[in-house]
Amino acid sequence: MDIPILSILIFLPVVGALALLPVDRERPGIIKWTALSVATIELFASIPLWFHFDKTTASMQFVEKASWIPAWNIEYHLGIDGISILFILLSALVTILCILVSWNAIEKKRKEFFISLLLIEGAMIGVFCSLDLFLFYIFWEAMLIPMFLIIGVWGGPKRIYAAVKFFLYTLVGSLLMLVGIIILYQTGGHTFDILALSMQEFPFRLQMLLFWAFFAAFAVKVPMWPVHTWLPDAHTEAPAAGSVILAAILIKMGAYGFLRFSLPICPDASVAMMVPMIVLSIIAIVYGGIICLGQTDLKRLIAYSSVSHMGFVTLGIFSLNTQGMEGGILQMINHGIVTGALFLAVGMVYERTHTRRIEDYGGLASHMPIFAAFFMVFTLAAVGLPGTNGFVGEFLILLGSFVARSWAGVIAATGVIIGAAYMLWLYQRIFFNPANSKIIGLPDLDDREIVTLLPMLILILVVGIFPTLLLDYLHVSVAHLLAHVTGNTAGTGSNVGYLAEIAGGMKQILPHIHH
Amino acid sequence: MSGIVLLAPYPDLILALPEISLLVLGLVLVAVDIVSRKARIILPWITLAGVSLTALFLADSAGGTAFGGMFISDAYSSFVKIVVLAGVAFTTLISDRYLDTEDMRHGEYYGLMVFSALGMFIMASAADLIVLYLGLELMAFSVYCLVALLKQDPRSSEAAVKYFLMGAFSSAILLYGISLLYGMTGTTDLLAIADAMSAYGLTHNPAALAAVGCILIAFSFKVAAVPFHFWTPDAYEGAPTPITAFMSVGPKVAGFAVLGRVFFTSFYDVEAQWAPLIGVIAFLTMGIGNIVALSQTSIKRMLAYSAIAHAGYALLGVVAGTDEGLSASLNYLLLYTFMNMGAFGILILLCGPGERRETLDDYRGLAKNHPMAAALMLLFMFSLTGIPPTAGFIGKFYLFVSALKEGHTFLVISACIFSAISAFFYLRVVRLMYMEEPDKSFPLSLSPALSVALLIAAVGVIGLGIAPGPVLDMAGSAIMGFMR
Repeated sequence: MDIPILSILIFLPVVGALALLPVDRERPGIIKWTALSVATIELFASIPLWFHFDKTTASMQFVEKASWIPAWNIEYHLGIDGISILFILLSALVTILCILVSWNAIEKKRKEFFISLLLIEGAMIGVFCSLDLFLFYIFWEAMLIPMFLIIGVWGGPKRIYAAVKFFLYTLVGSLLMLVGIIILYQTGGHTFDILALSMQEFPFRLQMLLFWAFFAAFAVKVPMWPVHTWLPDAHTEAPAAGSVILAAILIKMGAYGFLRFSLPICPDASVAMMVPMIVLSIIAIVYGGIICLGQTDLKRLIAYSSVSHMGFVTLGIFSLNTQGMEGGILQMINHGIVTGALFLAVGMVYERTHTRRIEDYGGLASHMPIFAAFFMVFTLAAVGLPGTNGFVGEFLILLGSFVARSWAGVIAATGVIIGAAYMLWLYQRIFFNPANSKIIGLPDLDDREIVTLLPMLILILVVGIFPTLLLDYLHVSVAHLLAHVTGNTAGTGSNVGYLAEIAGGMKQILPHIHH
Repeated sequence: MSGIVLLAPYPDLILALPEISLLVLGLVLVAVDIVSRKARIILPWITLAGVSLTALFLADSAGGTAFGGMFISDAYSSFVKIVVLAGVAFTTLISDRYLDTEDMRHGEYYGLMVFSALGMFIMASAADLIVLYLGLELMAFSVYCLVALLKQDPRSSEAAVKYFLMGAFSSAILLYGISLLYGMTGTTDLLAIADAMSAYGLTHNPAALAAVGCILIAFSFKVAAVPFHFWTPDAYEGAPTPITAFMSVGPKVAGFAVLGRVFFTSFYDVEAQWAPLIGVIAFLTMGIGNIVALSQTSIKRMLAYSAIAHAGYALLGVVAGTDEGLSASLNYLLLYTFMNMGAFGILILLCGPGERRETLDDYRGLAKNHPMAAALMLLFMFSLTGIPPTAGFIGKFYLFVSALKEGHTFLVISACIFSAISAFFYLRVVRLMYMEEPDKSFPLSLSPALSVALLIAAVGVIGLGIAPGPVLDMAGSAIMGFMR
């Protein structure tokens, strides 16, 4: 590829943000339309990735490499594989939706808001493209500043507390990772090249040290139990766009970090730490679910459901087999779509009522029928109903975890039941029941809002029915990763196919059941 | 250059051209003020021109020793001098409007600043403990006077007296250390001391180690390292704000320069003895500086404690005890100059006639009334925290790399934790500016010179954060051929 497409994707939003700087702040129309057009161009610019991506190789594609800081052997090294491509596309899409949902909701300091949003987009895509640890860390941390502002400036009543908590949690984790990165640099032959570092074999003790150093950053970001406590506050207090970015992309970076760094660089430590990681994931699934049942705040409930769902993701990843890992990655995308959609929807209704208390709602189905229909699909996808994307991901994860450790699969499955309970109960309390006087006469969704939600709805159904569309991108990369970590490709076949995979999984499960 | 032709018969003087040019500049500044009061308006321009000329001489200097080996000009001293000159130039630019509102636009202001810079130059180039002491005193006395320049403000005088007493105390300790050392080695030449230390087997001699300790204490005073930092908050708070900015950069980098020069040449054989000691000092400095900064309500005082904390980070490179570490420390001080000068520039931007606006509360809602000033302050605060892609991150990263290489994992992890703690008080400024509503509105005292300074600082903070290559190479080569 001659066109540096990844660089364009990273820096286009940054340039867009800079272009917004001189715009007169009294002209919100120009600001909003500029931001929207930049984000739209960005999405179109990312489409070639989709078509030119070679699904038959696990090596990095669209690679760009240039010397950056020669004194430390740091390179500007970009590239994507089947795992990262999906997140880049999702980031590009989600940013547009965030701009749309903020169209009228953001009333003060609009210019700064859209600048922050575009800067976050650039940094997010940078994180997913970086193949140099130093570059990765720069993007990883650069996201903190705009996100801190988005939560703290445009958030809810307790926004400042939430923003500071978010920042400090993430910063402590990141700094510990930085120590790990430097140690890796010293022992790995003075290079930050992720691919070169993955090729090396480090002593087990060092691997364990690095694993925990990286864990500090990634577990906070995911967030895994017990370092999840920043998430409910940040999710709840952030404005709709902030919650969507957090839910859809930001917290995925933790899981992405495990896949890109922890597993390839510390394979032996990952295998050794498999059971503890599975245990933490299961606690997150069940604990997050139970906490959801007791929530009275709409956004807080969805936030805790994220803890539970991300528990599924890490469970899948650390099952260390094909089904689990592919399910985990798919579930990351799914959770991004579904929870992103839920936060978008909640943002829309919040804009009308300015309350997040569940008891302030009720009977919304008869007053906002279109909204109720959208929310219904999102709820069912969150529950994991077959036919929606949520089902495929959760099913694969359960399959994988059952093969890895059967008790883990069993306990995780109860999480699905709890999930159904709190989501359906939420739906009942908001949309059915006698109508609350506060919601009578609310206008239904307008065209802009429908356009905002529609892509998510389509994705939910399409991925639910044709998961191979996404899974095809994953097979080779996941098989390559697993071969590296476990020495066993666990289903190497480049195109096992979705059904064959399930059949294979069933065969592996059946003997366990007979026991 | 014509100066070189003129001085051709005196090679020693050619080597000292930057110092001579500063000396002349200082005298001219004082003289101009005496001759004509009206000419005061051009004092900053004379200063900037003189600084640029000095920088030219500096770039032109060949390197070598002079004055019987007492004076050395090398890449190391040049690097330090560049940072000092940057400090003087920044201070001149940011003090423009401030001097008028405080009615202290005197020749002495600029003259003293230049003389103190001359002292720092001499410290950086000292190859002999006596020369070092002379430079240190020249610097210190000029700065004592600068601190006291706010004559109407008792805080300023109090700060100066405190600073003077503490400074005199530390000078005495330094002299005591030097005399002990002279008694045992019979020399004050830095290289000769190193030879004598090994030749006479002094590496475990208690008296020699006591001398090393005395010198370490004296230098710790100068760089404001804990537990020798007690003068700092009061002196920084009482001094005129531009001078506070100058003090947090100039004397500090000069202090590090002599610390590096003396400990890495004369005392390198006893590195095993002093490195752990400096490790403890670095830990305490980072810890106390950051933790006490948390509870400040005055932003000036907060920045004073933050300056202490940053000296602690910079000490990590000295603890590493390698040339890489020392170059990381120097590099950090250069990068710190940009972000700290920027932050103080904003402080001065808020100063109005009769209103200093030095409390954190004055920053409430700044983003609403003055979005550009708030955005710049945000940038400097995040850089001081060490968040990429700013210069502050690059500086810390280099220090961490050099310290981890020598196995100081505990220190680096503590530095990380303390950085996270520091985020809390730097963020408080951002929080107040962006997330709270203003309770009053006031005009900014913007002047062209100040805007130029802020622009340079901002470009430096971002530019060196994204493309630090050239500065890293410069800091790296500054150490070449310096270690024995």
